[in-house]
Amino acid sequence: MTGPADLYSELVLEHARRPHRRGRLAGAEGHADAANPLCGDRVEVWVNAEDGMVKEVVFDGEGCAISTASASMMTDALAGQPIGSARDRIDRFLRAVTEGGVEGLPEEQAALAHVRRLPMRVKCATMPWRAALAALDDAEAAGGGPS
Amino acid sequence: MTAPPTPAPAAGRGALDVRAEFPILAQRVNGARLVYLDNAATTQKPRSVIDAVRRFYEEDNAPVHRAVHTLGERATAAVEGARRVVARFLGAESPDEIVFLRGVTEAMNLLAFTLGESLGPGDEVVVPLSEHHSNLLPWREMCRRRGATLRLTPLAQDGSIDMPALESIVTGRTRIVSVAHVTNVMGVVNPVREVCALARRAGAVSVVDGAQAACHMPIDVQAIGCDFYAISGHKMYAPTGIGAVFGRRARWAQAPPWQTGGSTVERVSTDDVRYAEAPARFEAGSPNAAGIVGLAAAVRWLEGVGIDRIAERESAAAARAREGLASLPGVRVFGPSEGSAPVIAFDAAGAHPHDLATLLDGFGVAVRAGHHCAQPLADWLGVPATTRASFAAYNTVEDADALVEGVGRALETLR
Ligand SMILES: Cc1ncc(COP(=O)(O)O)c(C=O)c1O
Repeated sequence: MTGPADLYSELVLEHARRPHRRGRLAGAEGHADAANPLCGDRVEVWVNAEDGMVKEVVFDGEGCAISTASASMMTDALAGQPIGSARDRIDRFLRAVTEGGVEGLPEEQAALAHVRRLPMRVKCATMPWRAALAALDDAEAAGGGPS
Repeated sequence: MTAPPTPAPAAGRGALDVRAEFPILAQRVNGARLVYLDNAATTQKPRSVIDAVRRFYEEDNAPVHRAVHTLGERATAAVEGARRVVARFLGAESPDEIVFLRGVTEAMNLLAFTLGESLGPGDEVVVPLSEHHSNLLPWREMCRRRGATLRLTPLAQDGSIDMPALESIVTGRTRIVSVAHVTNVMGVVNPVREVCALARRAGAVSVVDGAQAACHMPIDVQAIGCDFYAISGHKMYAPTGIGAVFGRRARWAQAPPWQTGGSTVERVSTDDVRYAEAPARFEAGSPNAAGIVGLAAAVRWLEGVGIDRIAERESAAAARAREGLASLPGVRVFGPSEGSAPVIAFDAAGAHPHDLATLLDGFGVAVRAGHHCAQPLADWLGVPATTRASFAAYNTVEDADALVEGVGRALETLR
């Protein structure tokens, strides 16, 4: 059966219940926030880069299971990655949930990409990744980018 | 044929069951029976309303108030007949006290931008904290432009207006008091009669937002004692994009024109304009005639079924839902437990309203999640969002049970 409930697989809910890298990073090189005025959800992302790599990435915020799970998966996807590859991963996930096509995505991200069929909820999933992109931009502007 | 005949009441209305009169409710959603509980946002339409709109387009459609041909006369008669129907429905003294417009949002903008034009520094407009943005932002904006002060009145513990506080806030400086008859998040029935009396004693104009009330209870503007009362068609079984505002003749006479253009004038020369009296003065442009016809059909439907019977049935279903929800672990139901309209806002520990609403949709249950266009109230409740289930004439006790069961299942999934 396909329906809204497909979105709430255990893969997604596990992240929602126990999100990875939730916290705040004082003095981080990169920081960005995003909000959804429709539901009042908001997310903040902090990153520290070193030698062209994402050394630390954390998020904090207030949101639904989908945005929390998505933020948690985002930190898994970005931590320890070269910045270029982190940007590619963000791009690939955003394309999967807006345009479709989950080939090559990690299984948990593919599960979350079911949100594509619920247009009113897509923003919940994309918001943390867009904030991460802005935080990377912020870090690179601060000089933590590829050396 | 002139105006469409009043549709005959459906047979066998002994035990009220109007669900079959709403074609949209026959469908299944996500494989389940549709349980539509987003009525405070918009209600579904009975066959008689859909038919009235279709019949207007098939038989009577023409320019209103302008044409001398047969169809034009019929269309004009349909609109003016509808004005009489709405006037009687609200208890107005005259059909001329009824202005048709798009809905309550437009009504509040009309009132704010006409009554508000004479505001100045030192003047105050009073609005409760629990209002829909539609009855907040027009006043706020007008106060900002005129240098007047908007005062948000606090709420009592249960979310109703804090009347002692209101009594101290409404003073000689108060020019306008605007308040919802029924609030859209928690279904609180405000003591509008007392509020209007307070306004009157202070010499202020009283405005009542009836968007959430007109579908649940009989409205009598004389008993309420308000100067203005606004209703929204799409929340009372009528089409979208149509509403009406009652205003006392003397109050309309004090209001300057707002949107101007065709229909609003008596005489225009190259260097002078003489504006018409209400309602024409405030109905610029060609009216939404089909919507107006649909609004009158909805009023006839409500009166045919009987608002009291509808209220009885809705309250029974809502009471059942309220009780069932409150018995679920970690669920908080907001608002007064007694005497409210069938609108229930709740939240659940460990479950975000949007997740709840999406999972409920999977069971065919349509509810609303969010701040419901009342952010100051959400702040007051201390929650970013709530889930809202709101009942209408066609909702049953089974619908209430489907809601409670669905929430229970959703919570099991999420927690
Ligand atoms: C209390 C209240 N006032 C005003 C409005 C806006 O009404 P309309 O849709 O007619 O503009 C609503 C509807 O959302 C409402 O619930």
